[in-house]
Amino acid sequence: MDALVAAAKAEGKLTVIALPPDWANYGAIITGFKAKYGIDITSLNPNGSSQDEVNAFDGTSRAPDVVDVGQAVALANTAKFAPYQVKEWSDIPNGAKESTGLWFNDYGGYMGIGYDSSKVTVTSVQDLLGPAFKSKVALAGDPTKSNQGLNGVIMASVANGGSLDDVSKGVDFFKQLKQKGNYVPVVGTAATVKSGQTPVLFEWDYLSASHGKDVPTWKIFVPSNAIIGGYYSQAINKQAPHPAAARLWEEYLYSNEGQNLWLKGGARPVRQAAMTSAGTVDTAAAAALPAVPGTPQVPSGDQTSKASQYVVANWSQAVA
Amino acid sequence: MTAAGNPAFNAAARPLGGGRRLPLTWLGVVPFFIYVGIFLLLPTTIIVAGSLVGPDGSISLSNFDGINRPFMFKSFVNSIEISTISAVLGAIFGALLAYAVATGDPKGFLRRSVMSAAGVVAQFGGVTLTFAFVATIGTEGIVYLWLQQHGIEMYPNGVWFFDLPGLTLIYLYFQIPLMVLVFIPALDGIRPQWREATESLGGSGWHYWRYVAGPLLFPSFLGCTLLLFANAFSAYATAAALLTQGGVILPLQVQALLTSETGSSSPGLAKALALAMVAVVLVVMSLYALLQRRTSQWLR
Repeated sequence: MDALVAAAKAEGKLTVIALPPDWANYGAIITGFKAKYGIDITSLNPNGSSQDEVNAFDGTSRAPDVVDVGQAVALANTAKFAPYQVKEWSDIPNGAKESTGLWFNDYGGYMGIGYDSSKVTVTSVQDLLGPAFKSKVALAGDPTKSNQGLNGVIMASVANGGSLDDVSKGVDFFKQLKQKGNYVPVVGTAATVKSGQTPVLFEWDYLSASHGKDVPTWKIFVPSNAIIGGYYSQAINKQAPHPAAARLWEEYLYSNEGQNLWLKGGARPVRQAAMTSAGTVDTAAAAALPAVPGTPQVPSGDQTSKASQYVVANWSQAVA
Repeated sequence: MTAAGNPAFNAAARPLGGGRRLPLTWLGVVPFFIYVGIFLLLPTTIIVAGSLVGPDGSISLSNFDGINRPFMFKSFVNSIEISTISAVLGAIFGALLAYAVATGDPKGFLRRSVMSAAGVVAQFGGVTLTFAFVATIGTEGIVYLWLQQHGIEMYPNGVWFFDLPGLTLIYLYFQIPLMVLVFIPALDGIRPQWREATESLGGSGWHYWRYVAGPLLFPSFLGCTLLLFANAFSAYATAAALLTQGGVILPLQVQALLTSETGSSSPGLAKALALAMVAVVLVVMSLYALLQRRTSQWLR
């Protein structure tokens, strides 16, 4: 570890990509890493997609060293990653990592329906079809290309009798929403929530929680019959311009300090269970997470890619 | 009939005398060809080459099979539909406005103000234009909220603004002024004497439009409509800012294929689709050029 720190300091730089400061507390994590090791971080294209991250691997000295990507992109691009196992490797559950360390889950959360409680109340997914929700319901991403948007449709499917293998019920649900005039075909963001354009929004719970500062009456509903979990994964660029700094960054993220910073941002770090039994978890931050009212289901890479194919082929007919 | 077909005219245009100087006249157009090369020919070459590379990196035509899927076809139809509707409506309203302006005082205030406004507005597009519309008649827009306070619901059957009808409305904002700009020269070519001639021969207003002005203006009208079609068909930023959900028209489908993070990313198919768009625009613009040639025989 000391040798790694020395090598990383000699490189002196690290390039990351698609990490918005308000996403899972990345602002604080980047500041923390800089302060601890004195290594400068260049943060590229904060609002890029997972695919944009991998597209930026151009073999130049400006390419990102590390990426934080969705499952589908991680699985499709293993040839571009370098295997690495962090010190706490054994704390990461087996299903949550590639066995040699080409990619490994970092943090995740559950799909929730965020809503402005001063305008509506949500107690089930089917509620959204009611007349009170006219022009109010939106997704936080385009499901034909965004991971978050796709998981919103998967959640709607599971809540309506579908399953992780059958996303068609979710597409049907949004078709009904559209027919009733309840669907708002706008990608929900902090700005649309603040302006009131998207008072009901399908979104990861840890991102939805951040709208509370703009809309004090913002609440999150997680349906007990459809708790969809999703994890993002870390991976190291095989041609990383700063290979040692990239590995040190991973060590920092998976240290207790890094994991607790994610937790403070409302995301659930992958070592949370291990840290809870070891007593190293930030208990106040853990208690502040939204309650999970049942057993979560996590779509596998295969299920995600099948769901994606179905949605790409049927989405525009359903909602346009 | 035309000057170009007259042999005597052509002979006169040829340089006479035997001075053998190094021809340097082409130098002036070099910057133009460099510009066209970098911004038009190079991207087109990249698209053509990229569209022939299959997902496995080999040379194949498999990308073009990808276009032949129902949802791709649907976005093709959507694109053509929205371009046609906005072009036809833009052409009709633009032509009426242009006629009103052309028959007025050529140095008058109406003409000067309409022409300069059209020149500015025809170039107004993209994110700023979409934002202006969202802030006006979006679900949090000033006009929408004002009407709502007075008991009028603009969208009783669901918000159509963030869909193709909304996009058509926004496109009309720059299509109508563009029509005014491109159609006015044709209207200016119509001489008042032709109308007087028709009337002195006993023709009515109907006769004048049916047998004189109509046939003269129609090729130009059709050509301008085609130009508006191509203008709408290739517009990207305006649509991308308004329709953030699902690639319902071709340019957005291309974008989705390039940035998808759910395993549907396919750069080869994106380029094949872009090539198909180039082909459509090429056909439309060739027809436009043909009609322009016909129009220019009469209206000079």
